Amino acid sequence: MLDISKIREQFPILSRKVNGHDLIYFDNGATTQKPQSVITAESNYYKNENSNVHRGVHFLSGLATDKFEATRNTIQNFINAEHSHEIIFTKGTTDSINIVASGYRSILNKGDEIIISELEHHSNIVPWQMCCEQSGATLKVIPLLDNGSLDMIAFENFLSENTKLVSVSHISNTLGTINPIEEIIEKAQAVGAKVMIDGAQAAAHIPINMQSLGADFYCFSAHKLYGPTGVGVLYGKEEVLNELPPYQGGGEMIKEVSFKKTTYACLPHKFEAGTPNIAGVVAFKSAIDFINGLGLSNIAKHEEKLLQYATEEVLKIEGLKIYGTAKNKSGIISFNINKLHPYDIGMIVDKMGIAIRTGHHCTQPIMERFNIPGTARISLAVYNTKDEIDVCIKAIKKAKMMLS
Amino acid sequence: MSTIQKIQAEIVEDFGMFDDWMQKYEYLIDLGKDLAPIKEQYKTEDNLIKGCQSRVWLHAKHTDGKIIFTADSDAIMTKGIVAILINVLSNQSPKDIATAKLDFINEIGLKEQLSPTRANGLVSMIKKMKLYAIAFNN
Repeated sequence: MLDISKIREQFPILSRKVNGHDLIYFDNGATTQKPQSVITAESNYYKNENSNVHRGVHFLSGLATDKFEATRNTIQNFINAEHSHEIIFTKGTTDSINIVASGYRSILNKGDEIIISELEHHSNIVPWQMCCEQSGATLKVIPLLDNGSLDMIAFENFLSENTKLVSVSHISNTLGTINPIEEIIEKAQAVGAKVMIDGAQAAAHIPINMQSLGADFYCFSAHKLYGPTGVGVLYGKEEVLNELPPYQGGGEMIKEVSFKKTTYACLPHKFEAGTPNIAGVVAFKSAIDFINGLGLSNIAKHEEKLLQYATEEVLKIEGLKIYGTAKNKSGIISFNINKLHPYDIGMIVDKMGIAIRTGHHCTQPIMERFNIPGTARISLAVYNTKDEIDVCIKAIKKAKMMLS
Repeated sequence: MSTIQKIQAEIVEDFGMFDDWMQKYEYLIDLGKDLAPIKEQYKTEDNLIKGCQSRVWLHAKHTDGKIIFTADSDAIMTKGIVAILINVLSNQSPKDIATAKLDFINEIGLKEQLSPTRANGLVSMIKKMKLYAIAFNN
């Protein structure tokens, strides 16, 4: 059992007031708050360790490089990747997807097919549309069922020898659906396709294991894992990353440069052109240490209990409808109340210190699928409590009363 | 004092009566509910201002040297502010609209609602109202 009040003490922002009320932060799907250890690591890096990585012979450069690479090893263990050079540091999930999609522009040809799904975040849609536009490949979209889960029969019907890549999210940021990625990976790889999993909403909430999962690519952002913004991970199997053309040219990513021919560096540097967000990467390790200290399965258990409680309680509000009722669900509740606009609900609960997300959550196709302008969304993290849910529900009821 | 300034002063006075945000929001909701409806035929894609959070429709008609604005929004709080803007700027001359200063928005404590980061379509709405005024003034 986790001691949530002890955990909350580690997050300075959770003791601040918003509009005169205690902050209740339910927008964790957008970004999580940061524990003191992460904040300290980032500032300590600039105070005591700052230097460029992989370049100098001097003391500080060595120290910064060691710290930077220590995070890579920590991530490797965190997701159980076979090699540390399969971990590429990026700017975030969006960047990670773009690296792969950009590489596939020159790999794919007319007649090839990419499969994504209807519940993807725009960042797992648009890069593939751009990739198809330039390569002549075709984009196929797995439709959603009414409960917010994927139509797996349609997915299987899409699969053929033309399928070159499947890119789906592990967990939907809008609906909370945990997709059956094991099955997707197995079936896609059986026809020779590569599989990319967008793990932005998963990595901080459920344990992930690259070697047992077998995904070709997996990506996530540090800032949704209690870490800093501007840092992300692209995991790729060694042989798959070796085949993927580099994304950006520049320093660090080269072996030899001449005007006749430039050769590229080995993994992971081939995909890490330019000076990275070193402070962010260094502090990211503290975020993973924080998660490991609690244990991801403990976090998952706590969030599951909260989800169950919150779901039961919000459903007591008359006229409230939850979007995303798949059996296998993560701590995200998207809802609307009668014909009330989610923006109005969000504005009113904000005045009571409660941060929820409203709008289309960068998933306009989902909104179109359910024919709604948007939803209000509660998304949970390890520091959230039952009491906060109770206060939030009172606030939602008040908003409903004011707006009806 | 121009008519636009007079109306603004009245709105500031109205909002001055409220002690807390709840009363203010309830008033906005009422204003939204009372806003004269826009004709269905004007709720077109051309008249739509897409915000990330809420949508606003704005129609302008130039008659007898004045611009008549009608508008709507899918969110009621946004619609309340739309109603205030219509109250201030509709039925005025293009010149007055184009040069109108809308300082009252800060004074009634709704500045945050009109920040571009809110993405509720209101900033674009004001811009569009002014552009209509400039166009009709020429």
